[in-house]
Amino acid sequence: MDNLKKTSLFPSYKKHGAKLVDYAGWSMPVEFSGLTREHEAVRTAAGLFDVSHMGEIEVKGKEATEYLQYLLTNNIGIMHDNQIIYAFMCYENGGVVDDLLVYKYSAGHYLLVVNAANMEKDYQWMLDQKGDYQVEIDNLSDQFSEVALQGPKAEAILQRLTDTDLSKVPSFYLKRDVKIAGANCLLSRTGYTGEDGFEIYLGHEDAPLVWEKILEVGKADGVVPVGLGARDTLRFEAALPLYGNEISQDISPLEAGLGYFVKFDKGDFIGREALFAQKQEGPARKLIGFEMTERGIPRHGYPVLSEGKEIGFVTTGYYSPTLGKSIGFALVQKEYANLGDTVEIQIRKKTAKAKIVDKRFYAKNYKK
Amino acid sequence: MVTVGGLYYSKDHEWVKVDGKKALIGITDYAQNALGEIVYVELPDMGTEYKAGDVFCVIESVKAAADSFTPVSGKVVEVNEELEDSPQLLNEGPYDNWIVAIEMDDSSELENLMDEQAYKMFCEKEE
Repeated sequence: MDNLKKTSLFPSYKKHGAKLVDYAGWSMPVEFSGLTREHEAVRTAAGLFDVSHMGEIEVKGKEATEYLQYLLTNNIGIMHDNQIIYAFMCYENGGVVDDLLVYKYSAGHYLLVVNAANMEKDYQWMLDQKGDYQVEIDNLSDQFSEVALQGPKAEAILQRLTDTDLSKVPSFYLKRDVKIAGANCLLSRTGYTGEDGFEIYLGHEDAPLVWEKILEVGKADGVVPVGLGARDTLRFEAALPLYGNEISQDISPLEAGLGYFVKFDKGDFIGREALFAQKQEGPARKLIGFEMTERGIPRHGYPVLSEGKEIGFVTTGYYSPTLGKSIGFALVQKEYANLGDTVEIQIRKKTAKAKIVDKRFYAKNYKK
Repeated sequence: MVTVGGLYYSKDHEWVKVDGKKALIGITDYAQNALGEIVYVELPDMGTEYKAGDVFCVIESVKAAADSFTPVSGKVVEVNEELEDSPQLLNEGPYDNWIVAIEMDDSSELENLMDEQAYKMFCEKEE
């Protein structure tokens, strides 16, 4: 485990009972008090995540907006200062380099928050696409620690540690230079759980104190530290995609049902031609939700069959701790993607039946 | 970590309780703790023949599926069907809830396993 990277919060893990796992080259907590308990805490109270492994890449310069318009699928041109949007960075063939959040400080200054596992690849890709655009691209991933406080009580808890009126920070907006427990932070009302909440970017030296303070002032409200295990079950229930599962270099945003974040009317961008062709013909594969009607737990990569014929594969699957049943997402040939139909999931040597259902297993609970 | 005297233990964290030719097999406290909350146990079919080291059962937590290996060779003569509806019993009482009973082909295979004391030391090294 010694060649794994460790976040500034690593020394705090043991005290909170973390079980560790190797994730994207980092030694990260998979759970603290137990996955189901942590998952429930986020749905009903609040949970605190260490997400310092995420990558942050800064784009600055007078053509920053134009460059990002060309690089990304969503419309960067309509963003307000301090706004955040979700977007894809695609290859020419429409496959996904990464999915990310774009933080707009001002017209010439943006921060991209990217997946830990893709950070080096993303940075290299961004440099390769720079061409003649007048921009500076800097990988700041090593400079930030990041914690996320998520759940219906997140605002009330965090408010106890800051003079900034958090009710004035809307969903998908950021605020710079917010003092939390005295530490200077970049705050955004974003998350990856389907709940209201905040993501807090701060210096490594401040992160351990802010982490402990949040747990301390939120204790009576039921805040608990949450590991990557529940992070995944939470995002999955809320139908939020994970790179490498629902989207990848081989699965386009349109196949994953995320066409809303691909804006064809904004001008040219990398992957536009391929994605537009896909849109016109309709993607050959479609992401579905399913629920097991026979015993078994579907897992990432398991084949999906229809009357014995392979029609796709499971992208994410779980026994849902909150719903008490086994559910999943699968990418299947579009002619089989009909709500209510029965398919089979190949689980080791056996198959088990599943029904195609709406993939929003949990309705998002954001404050607008 | 809890261990119990009088059992045989494997390096894969299964325990064996011997009753004549019959071996009751379960998972240890160390194993259930490492797995986390167990939500599904895929039991073998009655009568299946296994060699020592074969996967005889898959135990799934919310996070992942983990194989369990039989420490002894033989034929499955009983399965604990209670685990189908109550898999969490393996968390609650790992030594009270066996998974299968195997009629052993060769009880000398037990000599390859650890006693309680040796297993405790083995786990300390794993930590």
